[in-house]
Amino acid sequence: MSEHHAAPTGITRWLFTTNHKDIGTLYLWFSFIMLLTGGAMAMVIRSELLYPGMQVVDPNFFNMMTTLHGLIMVFGAIMPAMVGLANWLIPMMIGAPDMALPRMNNWSFWILPGAAILLVAPMFIGGDFLSGQGPAFGWTFYEPLSGQYGKLAFFVFAVHLLGFSSIMGSINIIATILNMRAPGMTLMKMPMFVWTWLITAFLLIAVMPVLAGVVTMMLTDKYFGTSFFDAAGGGDPVMFQHVFWFFGHPEVYIMILPAFGVVSMIIPTFARKKLFGYASMVYATAAIAFLSFIVWAHHMFTVGMPVAGELYFMYATVMIAVPTAVKVFNWTATMWKGSLTFEIPMLWAIAFVFLFTIGGFTGLMLGLAPVDFQYHDTYFVVAHFHYVLVTGALFAIIAAFYYWSPKWTGHMYPPLLSKIHFWASLISVNVLFFPQHFLGLAGMPRRIPDYAIQFADWNFWSSIGGFVFGLSQILFLVIVIKTIKGGEKATDQVWEGAEGLEWTVASPAPYHTFATPPEVK
Amino acid sequence: MSASKTAKKLGGLLLTALLLGPAMAFAEYSTLNMTKSVSNVGHEMYDLHMLVLWICTVAGILVFGVIIWSIIFHRKSKGAKPAHFHENTTVEVIWTSIPLIILVAIAVPSTKTLLKYEDTTNSDLTIKATGWQWKWEYDYIDDKVADAKGVHFFSSLSKASNDARQLHSGIDVSKVDHYLLDVDKRVVVPVGKKIRILTTSNDVIHAWWVPDLAIKRDAVPGFINESWFQAEKVGVYRGQCAELCGKGHGFMPIVVEVKSVDDYTKWVSAEKATAVKAAAAANAASGKTYTKAELMAKGEDVYKANCAACHQVNGTGGGPFPALKGSKVATTGPISEHLDRIVSGKGIMPPFGSQLSALDIAAVTTYERNAWGNNTGDVVQPSQVSK
Repeated sequence: MSEHHAAPTGITRWLFTTNHKDIGTLYLWFSFIMLLTGGAMAMVIRSELLYPGMQVVDPNFFNMMTTLHGLIMVFGAIMPAMVGLANWLIPMMIGAPDMALPRMNNWSFWILPGAAILLVAPMFIGGDFLSGQGPAFGWTFYEPLSGQYGKLAFFVFAVHLLGFSSIMGSINIIATILNMRAPGMTLMKMPMFVWTWLITAFLLIAVMPVLAGVVTMMLTDKYFGTSFFDAAGGGDPVMFQHVFWFFGHPEVYIMILPAFGVVSMIIPTFARKKLFGYASMVYATAAIAFLSFIVWAHHMFTVGMPVAGELYFMYATVMIAVPTAVKVFNWTATMWKGSLTFEIPMLWAIAFVFLFTIGGFTGLMLGLAPVDFQYHDTYFVVAHFHYVLVTGALFAIIAAFYYWSPKWTGHMYPPLLSKIHFWASLISVNVLFFPQHFLGLAGMPRRIPDYAIQFADWNFWSSIGGFVFGLSQILFLVIVIKTIKGGEKATDQVWEGAEGLEWTVASPAPYHTFATPPEVK
Repeated sequence: MSASKTAKKLGGLLLTALLLGPAMAFAEYSTLNMTKSVSNVGHEMYDLHMLVLWICTVAGILVFGVIIWSIIFHRKSKGAKPAHFHENTTVEVIWTSIPLIILVAIAVPSTKTLLKYEDTTNSDLTIKATGWQWKWEYDYIDDKVADAKGVHFFSSLSKASNDARQLHSGIDVSKVDHYLLDVDKRVVVPVGKKIRILTTSNDVIHAWWVPDLAIKRDAVPGFINESWFQAEKVGVYRGQCAELCGKGHGFMPIVVEVKSVDDYTKWVSAEKATAVKAAAAANAASGKTYTKAELMAKGEDVYKANCAACHQVNGTGGGPFPALKGSKVATTGPISEHLDRIVSGKGIMPPFGSQLSALDIAAVTTYERNAWGNNTGDVVQPSQVSK
């Protein structure tokens, strides 16, 4: 092996790297920093909501916190973490030496920090920090409210950059999966994680341009005198919501499909049994992806659509329950009559199946237009999407860390701390989000900085759960650092029941893997 | 409805059973389930909610039961050996079909309720609710009950709540009557009549929501949306804006008072008489000359109710909202420009010309030009205000 095959050192290793493992690591660290940033904002939100009355921040600052918390978690934490997993794992899973477009891969990542800075910079520019200078119009940035924001251009260009990054990342993933599979690795032999990412990448390419389009229309409305969304100029504020949710609904599946993939890898390993219904899993994923494009207006049942539109979007929406149910049944059947053990990744995966399913149930309830008139824009919705995105997507990402980190670092995670992390997170996340169902049903709107007295008790418990959940993720940071620095040596196989090409290479995985493609039978 | 009374009770019980420990202590607030409304279409919504909740609960118990069974009995430590099956077309077809059948069963009552909710014809009274940042404006535009046409007013958060909700106000909010859910003027409607609500907005999108009346509809600028309710019981029902509309989103409640037809008719006559008197008084006031002290006292009240949300009580502004303390408009600039800013608004600032009387505008202008050390000494009289 000549010298340029070893990992370069210093800052330039990370700035100029074209190595899929290094770029995967960069994505995962970026995502973790964003998780802690967005999490700190959630702590501000829960502190203000701990008691009724305004004690901590100005209402405008509160709105800025909910807005940036949502944007940072969606675009900064969950999505980059999934791309990081894809970078690390897809080439190793399909027996490829690297991603198909390694230089573009570098560029896809290094755009992200710039986007994050553009997003939060207005908080610190001009005036008084505590009165909330940053975006304060909700992560859905509905017009005309967002058009009132003086520094809209920062937000628009941040979203443009995020879009470039996602589209380039997706092209790379598709090109890698379609062109670089090892001999014998047919599409229907690919690991589920690779399948879910292939479908996710197509979703991203389809909808990120729509998002870029809608923010560009906002930009020209604000600075160049157009009236796409301004009723006074003949525009249509409701059209904004249609365009936004045409992006926004597939976006939800962009965050959850790779999570399905992760869980579909972990459960068979610790059940010591093949994934039940592999083909139906692939078809169900594709069906969910297809349906995600034709249900967007279920986010807008109260906006005043024609009744025929409401009926159509209601019927199409509840159809998603069918392929989703198939997935949950398949995971259940995989565990049935297996030989189960409960290592940390399996604990997170099982928690995912339980809690994601609860989020799925409330999703079905929200899909029914006549009851959605009561649920819409309440804490019931907040509870629903946090069950799907925190105990769904985030739990899967954490499960993925515990499952693959021995391969990445060559060390096992610290066993006791990891157990504490799991149980503390599991209990606190439910104390945090389950009562929010009750708050919503009892009539508490979302995105309010203060509330009527009858909502006080559950908000108190929700905040307590929030603080403990937040602290638990500091423990996760400690665990990640400890695992990287040392710990019990991992074997190459790591898990008794694990199958797949990534377990055939050494632990930690060498800087370059599969320079010669393996043969898949 | 397909959900029987027993099923509903069981569903409620199960929901309660799902709650561990602390839940019981707070049961007296009955904040565990959807609001049971006093509107007939609302009862159908509630029944539908309970039906789906019940279906989800049963499905959850079945699926989670199987997983828990596996966790307990199919573990390696108990010597479980893995089976080898990994597909079964029959089973997969069955468990794809069952959810589909359940969905069709749910779709039938959902469609029925939705069609009923969206039928706004044959209403007895039509009220237009216009959202403003951050208050509601009401116009009674068509009334077959008591001819309330022409009744018009603004409805804002009550003063007690507004004072208490200021950051670090030091006021114990639990002592405030209906904290954040009380207004200075309620919408009044007759019981048992079909009330059609038209919603629209003057600035950004708001949503008119009263859970007890099972009505939520967005108020969108440039659009007029229709929805309706029919209250079965006399009483006071409280709700809030449900669509994020900026800084004051949490502070623009909706209070609907449902009265008997007789009381409602009396209220309409009283409203009309008051409106005539108020118009005469305003007319008289606009020609009258006030002392600076009178204008300052009135101006401070108007300022706190309408301006302080953005420009702050001490006039320092913040974030996107400019300071008035020491600003050119409120000090050395011409009075006419200051008045025009208040009457017509600018950018993010809404126009107050239609919300405030000439006296209010004169008073608040005087106040802004003399408070917080602005000390211009200017006194603005109502006669100087041209709307």
